[in-house]
Amino acid sequence: MDLDPEDIFRDDEDDENEFYQGRDSTKELLVYLVDASPKMVSTSYPSEDGKDASLFQVAISCIVQALKTQIINRSYDEVAICFFNTREKKNLQDLNGVYVFNVAEREDLDRPTARLIKEFESIQEKFNAEIGSKYGILPGSHDNSLYNAFWVAQALLRKGSAKTANKRILLLTNEDDPFGSIKGVTKMDMMRTTLQRAKDAQDLGISIELLPLSRQDDEFNVSLFYAELLELEGDELTQFKALVGERLEDMKEQLRKRIFKKRKIRRIKFIIANGLSIEVNTYALIRPTNTGTITWLDSVTNLPIKSDRSFICTDTGALLQQPAQRFQSYKSEDVLFSVDELSEVKRVSSGNLRLLGFKPLSCLKDYHNLRPSTFIFPSDEEVIGSTCVFIALHRSMIQLNRFALAFCGSSSHPHLVALVAQNEMISGGGQVEPPGMHMIYLPYSDDIRHIEEVHADTNTMAPRATEDQTKKGSALIRRVDLKDFSVCQFSNPALQRHYAVLQALALQEDEMPEIKDETVPDEEGMARPGIVKVLEEFKLSVYGENYEDDDLTTSGKVTEASRKRKATADNATKEYAKHDWFELADSGKLKDLTVAELKYYLMANNLSVTGAKAALISRILTHMGK
Amino acid sequence: MARNKEALVLVLDVGPTMHAILPEIEKVCSMLIEKKLIFSKNDEVGVVLFGAEATENELTKEVGGYEHVTVLRNIKVVDGDLVEALQSLPRGSVPGDFLDAIIVGMDMLIKKFGPTNKGKKRLCLITNAIHPIKDPYEGTKEDQVITIASQIMAQGMKMDCIIARLNQNLEANKRVMEENDFLLRVFSNKSSSKTVYVENSTKLLGALRTRNISPVTIYRGDFELSSTLKIKVWVYKKTSEEKFPTLKRYSDKAPPTDKFATHEVKVDYEYRSTQDTSRVVPPEQRIKGFQYGPQVVPISSAELEAVKFKPDKSVKLLGFTKASNIMRHYYMKDVNIFIAEPGNTKANLAVSALARAMQEMNKVAIVRCVWRQGQGNVVVGVLTPNISDNESIPDSFYFNVLPFAEDVREFQFPSFSNLPLSMHPNQQQQEAADKLVRMLDLAPNGKQETLQPDFTPNPVLERFYRYLELKSKDRNAAVPPLDETLKKITEPDPEILSQNKSIIDDFCRCFELKENPKLKKSTRRLLKEKPSRSNEEGENFANGSDAQPMEAIEYTSNVKVEKIGDSNPVHDFEVMMSRRDSPEWVSKAIQFMKEKIFHLMENSCEGDTYQKAVECLVALRKGCILEQEPKQFNDFLLHLYKFCQEKDLKSFCEYLASHKVTLISKTEATDSEVTEDEAKTFMVKSEPKSEQ
Repeated sequence: MDLDPEDIFRDDEDDENEFYQGRDSTKELLVYLVDASPKMVSTSYPSEDGKDASLFQVAISCIVQALKTQIINRSYDEVAICFFNTREKKNLQDLNGVYVFNVAEREDLDRPTARLIKEFESIQEKFNAEIGSKYGILPGSHDNSLYNAFWVAQALLRKGSAKTANKRILLLTNEDDPFGSIKGVTKMDMMRTTLQRAKDAQDLGISIELLPLSRQDDEFNVSLFYAELLELEGDELTQFKALVGERLEDMKEQLRKRIFKKRKIRRIKFIIANGLSIEVNTYALIRPTNTGTITWLDSVTNLPIKSDRSFICTDTGALLQQPAQRFQSYKSEDVLFSVDELSEVKRVSSGNLRLLGFKPLSCLKDYHNLRPSTFIFPSDEEVIGSTCVFIALHRSMIQLNRFALAFCGSSSHPHLVALVAQNEMISGGGQVEPPGMHMIYLPYSDDIRHIEEVHADTNTMAPRATEDQTKKGSALIRRVDLKDFSVCQFSNPALQRHYAVLQALALQEDEMPEIKDETVPDEEGMARPGIVKVLEEFKLSVYGENYEDDDLTTSGKVTEASRKRKATADNATKEYAKHDWFELADSGKLKDLTVAELKYYLMANNLSVTGAKAALISRILTHMGK
Repeated sequence: MARNKEALVLVLDVGPTMHAILPEIEKVCSMLIEKKLIFSKNDEVGVVLFGAEATENELTKEVGGYEHVTVLRNIKVVDGDLVEALQSLPRGSVPGDFLDAIIVGMDMLIKKFGPTNKGKKRLCLITNAIHPIKDPYEGTKEDQVITIASQIMAQGMKMDCIIARLNQNLEANKRVMEENDFLLRVFSNKSSSKTVYVENSTKLLGALRTRNISPVTIYRGDFELSSTLKIKVWVYKKTSEEKFPTLKRYSDKAPPTDKFATHEVKVDYEYRSTQDTSRVVPPEQRIKGFQYGPQVVPISSAELEAVKFKPDKSVKLLGFTKASNIMRHYYMKDVNIFIAEPGNTKANLAVSALARAMQEMNKVAIVRCVWRQGQGNVVVGVLTPNISDNESIPDSFYFNVLPFAEDVREFQFPSFSNLPLSMHPNQQQQEAADKLVRMLDLAPNGKQETLQPDFTPNPVLERFYRYLELKSKDRNAAVPPLDETLKKITEPDPEILSQNKSIIDDFCRCFELKENPKLKKSTRRLLKEKPSRSNEEGENFANGSDAQPMEAIEYTSNVKVEKIGDSNPVHDFEVMMSRRDSPEWVSKAIQFMKEKIFHLMENSCEGDTYQKAVECLVALRKGCILEQEPKQFNDFLLHLYKFCQEKDLKSFCEYLASHKVTLISKTEATDSEVTEDEAKTFMVKSEPKSEQ
């Protein structure tokens, strides 16, 4: 009754979709405020490839990266890019020193488009000519570019209601003291008005975040001005300062992380014991990204088409309303189930996370996995004290090397889960692993297959490596070591390719871009003499002298299936010779042959043998070149 | 299908010491047959009982002996009768001899199939093995077992032994048990037999494989360590989720007389242009459009094929890295297993050497895989060693898929150390937590690990197949409640809870939880961004404080309702109204229902709860007429109207009016002070008001 019938009859795939997308309903409106002052443009930042880039370029490339991710993952969010401290001005309010960047067919604050990314990526080339960099706050002038920038950003964000949209301003600058160049009353006055401007924006539900671009030798001092603007106090201030002090090389990384706001999937109740339940939020930190939804278009007009689904009774041909019952054939009968009954069957627990007990981590095997994990983090929003309970359990679990076993009773996919506590990991000032617990979905007995046993032969001992062979293996492992391997260092070449193609098509470019596949092994590295040596030693130890003959020795033990396959292939060649195929094809007599006979030709020529007779014939004709 | 036809003989101990767990055995065996009836209808099954009073088997007729072994059913194709027979196994009265029973079962298989069907013949023994087997006429028991085991091997049979010893007092039989365990080990070593010891009923349900899936490789070929060194491997799936069966849509249109009706429903899709809905677009005229921001980029399948990423089939090593570099939660999918090509000794040695070296050095291998030629993507994953402790099983690797850069969302979370002090547990609290984590132990030393995934059945599927069987006999059967055994999967085991009661109580006492007073109920609804799917969950949460009603969902029918829950308030109300054990229930029910309706109104978000509220209101009205309590209802309705006007919930008033919920008039309940006309005009009066 309180369940949506569609919900239960949804195909498993739909459930999966929801699980894998893990997104929420609010959309985000974001304005990038990029400082384009000469200080940004001229300060250089050593990059990995040896070419120094200016901080301004770093900011641009971070935003490009973010836009590229956004257009794939969350293209419904809207963004605007706005420079301040510019020579030219372009904004609705016609304020000095502020330039709103945009491209054709797009509002200033709008969803990112292919063209936006393309043109923004190459903004460097035109920047000086079209926008230009210029200090906006100068002694003797009453212009206040920062104030103007906030005004413009706030005006851009007027769109959309505060309830459904999440509004943010991200400020990228390396100037910790924007009013440092002026003095006296004017300075006080400017600071006051700017702070007021920012506060007004914040009162309207717009959050302002600062991404300071600093260098080691030139630390960003947030207390000078921005602490007050961002309303940072006490702990927050120290925390912020810690982030600012990050090591140089991580800056890009950190920017990338902080540009995205975290979103929870849902809030759930975690029942620890009778009468003690805490509140936790779940987050999808890892989900496979795919090529996105497909919209079917009419190939003539390229307009979207709508699909109408109708249900037709196979027996009578009558048109049905959405059928309310399902059936399963069982004992040569049809057993009927109603929607409610099926949902009842699936409801094995209330929709909470329920603690069952704890086990040592060694009980969690590598094959106990089915789908990507979900991250849980406590929240005191509704139930005060949740975080405290969570932290206590978290600490105990880490200290005792245990994980919690729990039952996660969602209505669509109730599952036994392992909760593995993860300590916070910080590298170079940035958070690499957040503290919290990861929920790992465990298989049931019927989900696990005993493959190892399939080929086990009880009469013979399985071959075991000798100590020497293992030692040679160790030497090999030591040599071919990926020192700083991190799980997500590769981009998915298939996706990169797909989106590069989409971008090229969207912009109507003729040339298809080449994408580098980062996942191919390092052939050059593997050819280094040290590695070749250990490889050869390992080979010698395991395979002996005649590795090359290995293929032959194994083929001595041909399986039944492959022998059969070979026999049919031999037979096919024999039968193949019996017909004059060209003659048959020319006289149109191919159709008089049986399918089996046609297949001789296909097999002898290594063609596919699937399909109807007509398909086979046409395949033969194509092969002959007719 | 028929290729994988399996012949199975269930050899079940029904002796007196087994009576306690026979109900579970009945369940697991009937489940096995129920699944066979759906997924492998041609499988053949026979049943042998031992420890029974009677003796009935061919061997006893032919050669004598084999007492108390009864062939309940000869080997034949599975049918519904078998399910029923297994659901009511007879209770035996004599301690059984499992070896006799195995021989009888084996004899049945040999007589039926001879040497054919190699590898598809299976014996499944379920016993507690606490009674001694008879001494053979010649030689030792061990010799006898070896002879039988070699027979089993020679005939190409497999055997699964499930030794179910629940928490019974077994001390007395210790010596016999040890002897039997030894004999069973001999079996395992000498034949393809597997022995599982079961200490609780939940594990028993998971111990018997109820579905036979013949494994298929997803890759056979080289594992390239480098361009010069390649190891031949086969890759299989190690885990794969068994899904809830897809049920077909049912059509009731066929006349009942039509015996050959399929009752199936065909789903027909028609495509129409969004611009001109009357124009139908033929399916072949469709083209795929991919989202790129607001743009939809059309790409024909031919174009897509031409430009798409096409890596070559291969499995290549990228390198090795520290195991701690790959955190457990990065595993993305179900798991594969890499085994060396069967029969290829060198490949086996190579895999074994690498696996053992990796294990020793605590390293893992990173590999790049393209399973099939023409597959449009690559997979990067991690190989972890799987060292076998059974000497006939070779070493292998587990393979888990790792995420790409695009798949990881790096959100920042506050450090625990940066959280305010009030959120940190004090020493006493930490100790209580330590104790809880240590004592609420599911894998205590010296005892079996409970709820091990390898032996835990899927409660939803168990329930479904049982329900299917029930329904096939009685089409109106209600969904059976989750039984005690399955409940141990979804809820903590009461036994463990009671053992650790003091620790749990201590823990609860140490921590104080309270609802955040700053959040008003109405705003809470907003903050809690409606859960994308299940309303039910949202509802539950709105009532976080009274968790009891929702826990009771499944039992409402047999438990006396004392409160009105969220899932089915109307039903709860009716049950309460009809309770006769105390006169208070009527007034309590009315009171609860009023609160419930108010609650629904308060928490309404753009009218999503209105329908439910009206349903409740209608039920309340009916109840008040039945119990002759018109004033209760009339006052409440007036109050509700006022409330709606104040709170700007005019839409609800309109909704009520459209559902004709009026005051209770004199004609309906004599105690009412409202005349029929008044009752009607009430609506009229309020309507214009609500539209202001």
